[in-house]
Amino acid sequence: MLKDALAAAVVAALLALPLLGFRLADSQQGLSLDYRFAWVGYAAAAVFIGRLGMAFAAAAFSRVFQRKRQTLLPLAGRPSRNRKIVGWLLVAAALLLPLAPFADRNLIDKATLLLIYVMLGWGLNIVVGLAGLLDLGYVAFYAVGAYSYALLSQTFGLSFWLCLPFAGALAACFGILLGFPVLRLRGDYLAIVTLGFGEIVRVVLLNWESLTNGPNGISGIQRPSFFGLPFLAAAPGRTTFHEFFGLPFSPGQRIIFLYYVILVLALATNLFTLRIRRLPIGRAWEALREDETACRSLGINPTRTKLSAFALGAMFAGFAGSFFATRQGFISPESFTFIESAIILAIVVLGGMGSQIGIVLAAILLVGLPEWFRDLQQYRMLAFGGAMVLIMLWRPRGLLASREPTIRLAADALEAAPQTAGEAAR
Amino acid sequence: MDYFIQQLINGVTLGAIYGLIAIGYTMVYGIIGMINFAHGDIYMIGAFISLVGFLLMGVLGISYLPLALFTVLLLSMLLTAVYGWAVERIAYRPLRGSFKLAPLISAIGMSIVLENYVQVAQGARVKPLPPIVHGGFELSAANADYHVTLSYLQVVIVLVTVGLMAGFTYVITRTPLGRAQRATEQDMTMASLLGVNVDRVVSTTFVLGAALAAVAGLMVTLYYGVIDFYIGFIAGMKAFTAAVLGGIGSLPGAMLGGLLIGLIEAFWSAYFSIEYKDVAVFSILVLVLIFRPTGLLGRPEIEKV
Amino acid sequence: MTAAAPPLLTVEHLTMRFGGLVAINDLSFTARQRQITAIIGPNGAGKTTVFNCLTGFYKPSVGRLTLTPPNNGGCFLLERMEGFRIAKDAGVARTFQNIRLFAGMSVLENLVVAQHNRLMRASAYSVAGLLGLNRYTRAERQAVELARYWLDRIELTGQADWAAGNLPYGSQRRLEIARAMCTEPCLLCLDEPAAGLNPRESAQLNELLLDIRGQHGIGLLLIEHDMSVVMQISDHVVVLDHGAPIAEGTPDMVSNDPAVIRAYLGAAEGEALPPDVAGGLPTAPPC
Repeated sequence: MLKDALAAAVVAALLALPLLGFRLADSQQGLSLDYRFAWVGYAAAAVFIGRLGMAFAAAAFSRVFQRKRQTLLPLAGRPSRNRKIVGWLLVAAALLLPLAPFADRNLIDKATLLLIYVMLGWGLNIVVGLAGLLDLGYVAFYAVGAYSYALLSQTFGLSFWLCLPFAGALAACFGILLGFPVLRLRGDYLAIVTLGFGEIVRVVLLNWESLTNGPNGISGIQRPSFFGLPFLAAAPGRTTFHEFFGLPFSPGQRIIFLYYVILVLALATNLFTLRIRRLPIGRAWEALREDETACRSLGINPTRTKLSAFALGAMFAGFAGSFFATRQGFISPESFTFIESAIILAIVVLGGMGSQIGIVLAAILLVGLPEWFRDLQQYRMLAFGGAMVLIMLWRPRGLLASREPTIRLAADALEAAPQTAGEAAR
Repeated sequence: MDYFIQQLINGVTLGAIYGLIAIGYTMVYGIIGMINFAHGDIYMIGAFISLVGFLLMGVLGISYLPLALFTVLLLSMLLTAVYGWAVERIAYRPLRGSFKLAPLISAIGMSIVLENYVQVAQGARVKPLPPIVHGGFELSAANADYHVTLSYLQVVIVLVTVGLMAGFTYVITRTPLGRAQRATEQDMTMASLLGVNVDRVVSTTFVLGAALAAVAGLMVTLYYGVIDFYIGFIAGMKAFTAAVLGGIGSLPGAMLGGLLIGLIEAFWSAYFSIEYKDVAVFSILVLVLIFRPTGLLGRPEIEKV
Repeated sequence: MTAAAPPLLTVEHLTMRFGGLVAINDLSFTARQRQITAIIGPNGAGKTTVFNCLTGFYKPSVGRLTLTPPNNGGCFLLERMEGFRIAKDAGVARTFQNIRLFAGMSVLENLVVAQHNRLMRASAYSVAGLLGLNRYTRAERQAVELARYWLDRIELTGQADWAAGNLPYGSQRRLEIARAMCTEPCLLCLDEPAAGLNPRESAQLNELLLDIRGQHGIGLLLIEHDMSVVMQISDHVVVLDHGAPIAEGTPDMVSNDPAVIRAYLGAAEGEALPPDVAGGLPTAPPC
């Protein structure tokens, strides 16, 4: 145990020596070296103690760990009522959040951001969680949605609610456009092609200045209105929201309105997914994830089935993108880098592939918590990456991995006529 | 004509660097079937260690260039290899044989960790290094229109790459280590039943891949003279593209793929537009995968039913 | 004898090459409606390759595969069809040598997924399903009834909500056959259905296959090593060796054919069969 910890400490020292022990400092003559060998010592000591602690903990809890090892295929034996209750509680909490006494503008704003990620996670879940297609370029569809809303509203002056379906449809078209040639590829190749596609979209947004204004982005994007009532202190010739309802004007109203808009959008995504999972297309997605060869032998068209998952996932990203654009009022290619795709994918996988509530938990863990530590700027992403690794090591199948069957024989028998299995004739 | 040859030289140099990184991807993919997403960042770490090494040579007063280059090369290969080993040990080994996407997510997490670790430790600003290897061959014809530069550095890059490739091919095809590695690649369970220490073979694969990435990092530091913590992402992606293009799992394929990507990038930048060079690279990747999914030198895969 | 039954599948001059390797060489045979046709042969004889050509996983190098479904005037040229269409339009269902269930999904789901195409039409490609229209609900109930029928047949009703991957091996084999039957095929191809089954399970399987033939009136095509299965239930046997057909006929005829005995035993012509091996090729009258 001690030897192991010592070895770990030596490795840590070796790792830390070049990059922590020396610091490249800018000086008059270009670069110079600073020395911080003490840090190497700290790193080694930390690893030594940590390793020892882990060994002790493992020895102490070995029995507990053993018991927790999951069975091969977790499939709930009975309907998990608990999860349904948790789901409704979460929805209720989300609905009531703006009324809570501690809900200041900042909190609502952060919750809105969180909900964007939840919605993106739910959208990507159709592609990755249900259909098992590894998409590393999901952010491209998000970008398509955001830019299509921004451009449509700026060029034609269309309202948010009018643009929303357009943006979704356009993103879905991009999904089909990309999916058609690449969906026959093997899993990992698909991952890398989608990754490349995400980069292509970003590079095009960055360089097609006449359309997208390049790296400067598009600003002054129209904010959404409440059925035509804008959230402004005063609008010449129009009734504003606060005037119509006879409320005093407050910028917080728009924030709360935006919060409810994304809540509705996200819940719609969730409802859609829950519903389509129980339809033949949803079952075919899951079957495709399990075994594509068997699917073909049952007469399921793999390309078309995958394409539908890809397009629907893209569509929800398009909706989320439109919302993002209208919320920010400003978009630039910088918001659509690979790291966003990685975060969304991590939310889906960490949540436990296919689990809708798991995605909410993972989003809170990965996006919500680091948001509170924004002051620690630099360390935020470091902690984020570290959390991704640790959660995967802790629960490789995700936080909530068990799967609920989409249809049950027992429940079905109750619904129809209570008959014994033997009597069920054709 | 001279412009064409100049681009050819630049492309080959760039291709050599991509090829070295691509080998790391292709070996790891071949052996444990995962995309080692953090490999690009291992290369970035190699570049930073080399940069520290060169400055250290300056502090220590070693001014004889070949000696300094060689020392830094060794140092950076060694220390980067430790990074490669540690990444595998911490983030991938516990997940081996578990759910398929878990190692990939872990690798993406590791990539984020490494990037931000370097950013925190060394600062986000671009790090410049004044040119160390000067001069080159000037190839000019009698008429003054024809003018091509082949710098010594480019020669060194290509020579070192060819040398490493030769050595590497020897290791894989002729030594017991290589045999164990190829056996593990074919069937990990069987190899371990036959007494191959699979853990060690996988570790060695990561160490070798990281060492080659470190060489690539050193060369980039010398060639471009500027590095930052973000170089790993794009280079890693292109190198992976190179590995896929050449046929993943195939060493000569990785080298060939790297060369092609380097050439495509150089020529596209020279003749079309420098902004869209990455788009060109990825478009070609997509085309290759659609029409020849096994890559150029990959073995065709017959679907077993 | 039922030899006069109309042909269901006609294989003519089927040849499959992989690079230089000839896996199947000029194979012709006919499988008839309401009959069980078995393809047997030593390991590596190319049996599974025949199935893969038949179900669209490989494109044959040469040859014609004609399927003539009953009560449907047309016929299908299988070698020209995409894999999934062979199952969807022509009605050829298959099982796999190494079972390919949707292991993470429940037993019932496996059987419902097999009815995908009918349910897709009923749900108007998900539109009616999303709106919760009556016509989809009814179709789904029918699908469950069909699944329940097969669950009863394979005695898995009690485990309907289990993950398919958690079933014991023998049950998985039966489930795979039931899943294939849920596509309502006219030809069912079984790739070594008795592999890994104990004698009791194997006898159950025989019964199931004979029932399928008798009650559903479809043709069965069978690859099998287990001679007790082949000899007891098949109407017609095709013997392959090194990709080439060497004998064809009733189980009786085939098991006495010297070429077959030579292929299986590698014995010289005229040599007497050792008694234990002769017992491995029992001669039972076709049912």
